[in-house]
Amino acid sequence: MNVGNEGFEEMILDHYRNPRNYGRIEHPTSAITEYNPVCGDALHFTVNIRNSRIEDIKFIGRGCSVSMAAASILTERVKGMEIHEVEQIREEVFLKSLGIYLGPVREKCALLSLNALKKIAGGKRDES
Amino acid sequence: MFDSEEVKKDFPLLSRRDVVYLDNAATTQKPKQVIEAVIDYYENHYSNVHRGIYTLSEEATDMYEKARENIARFVGLRDASSLVFVRNTTEALNLLSYSLGTRLESGDEILLTEMEHHSNIVPWQFLQSKGVRIRYAKLTESGLLDVDDLVSKINRRTKILSVSHVSNVLGSINPVKELCSYARDNGIVSIVDGAQAVPHMPVNVDEIGCDFYAFSGHKMLGPSGIGGLAGKPEALDELIPFMGGGEMIRTVTYESSTYADVPLKFEAGTPNVEGAVGLSAAVNYLRRLGMQNVKKHEMDLMQHILNLEDEMSIRNLRSYGPRDVTHRGGVYAFNIGNQPSFSVDDLSEDSTLARGAIHPHDIAAELNKRGIAVRSGHHCAMPLMGLLGLAATARASFYIYNGKSDVDLFMSALLEISRGL
Ligand SMILES: Cc1ncc(COP(=O)(O)O)c(C=O)c1O
Repeated sequence: MNVGNEGFEEMILDHYRNPRNYGRIEHPTSAITEYNPVCGDALHFTVNIRNSRIEDIKFIGRGCSVSMAAASILTERVKGMEIHEVEQIREEVFLKSLGIYLGPVREKCALLSLNALKKIAGGKRDES
Repeated sequence: MFDSEEVKKDFPLLSRRDVVYLDNAATTQKPKQVIEAVIDYYENHYSNVHRGIYTLSEEATDMYEKARENIARFVGLRDASSLVFVRNTTEALNLLSYSLGTRLESGDEILLTEMEHHSNIVPWQFLQSKGVRIRYAKLTESGLLDVDDLVSKINRRTKILSVSHVSNVLGSINPVKELCSYARDNGIVSIVDGAQAVPHMPVNVDEIGCDFYAFSGHKMLGPSGIGGLAGKPEALDELIPFMGGGEMIRTVTYESSTYADVPLKFEAGTPNVEGAVGLSAAVNYLRRLGMQNVKKHEMDLMQHILNLEDEMSIRNLRSYGPRDVTHRGGVYAFNIGNQPSFSVDDLSEDSTLARGAIHPHDIAAELNKRGIAVRSGHHCAMPLMGLLGLAATARASFYIYNGKSDVDLFMSALLEISRGL
């Protein structure tokens, strides 16, 4: 992480060390794996969507503190959301909510999870 | 032998106190001699080349062609016209893939190695659509090229051998002279990717005996957007042009054209004159230090870092590439803990963050907090990463302005980081 607010930095490290919603749902309605081509980071989300609402979501992945923490934070936020609400989450707003300055390269790490969820919301998913 | 602290004084950017620059395999900083040469061209001689019959254009043309002579001499070419100016190594290799590709037929083989940069893989993959097959020579345990394996993969269908001179991840130095002589004996076109060699050691293209040799100016103190494709005169002569346009023609009618001689045949359009002038100044700078000294300097730094590795026993630190520095350039790829590539299937739910591992991005970010610039990622060598069973590594790479004190700073920062995060 670059220069940032201590409190937010703590939040990122906490989510990195103890990711929330880590794991996988046994028979999800959607699943997606998203890769960051810059560094080979990867996140795999399994999601249960009922009546256009995210009932449950879990992820596994391999990545840097920023990509893992952002995924963890995002899963907490979107649980219970309507999928159209997920589609409307703005990148700038999500980045801002992380509270630390990332720079253009690491912003991609932070946005990996959001991109994956938007694809799910938009109907793209793995074969699985 | 030169003193890296003295060298550093020539580099305006390195006077920034907050920068210890260790990403030299990606690109290098510029000494004032190079910056001034470019400024002098812009302020006093700027115009287009090979076209105007006026003093300025003659001056620019003269500077451009003198730069060609100087750089050609630096890489051991007898004849300046054997040096084609290109944008960079990537463009040189694409030119070769395009022009040589027209001669290949379905079933023909191209032999590469497992350590290649994407720029020496992807352009060749373009030819797969016409049925050309790509094979890869293996590496040994220590990260050197397995020459026996390479030789065993040469057969009657092998038409092109293209290998890096020095790996940008492992630092491994390949025995290109020997490889090119195998190629010659078997009637195979030989190509060397010298992006990580020309900046760091004496290179004599004529002696290596390859048909083509590619390098980038920005990795050797020169401006970006200028590089070289060196070749044997007859090999260059036989190549069809890559791009068409001004400068590369002899005559043009509405129906057809004839082409200029090598090297202009491959230099369509207004060239990067300031780049050539700057690279020529860079070559003068390196020549003054002596390339043998440059090589020795980097070998000493590598030995120093490998010694520190042994002495400091930083927890979970692992590095890649040959341990024998006589076969290794100044590239240090490393990880803290294991960084296996991702597989949806073999990630059990609690093996999340392999304990004690720190992701290379986090290492780079932590180093950056201490002013140390290193690279993290796959270094444009994704197949090699896969082969090593890694998603990514961090990488420090050294040059003439880095001294032992930079290495010490870097290693003590690593020690701190390995205890932290
Ligand atoms: C071994 C090797 N080959 C090719 C390249 C490509 O160089 P450029 O980006 O200047 O074309 C690089 C640079 O990263 C390299 O290290």
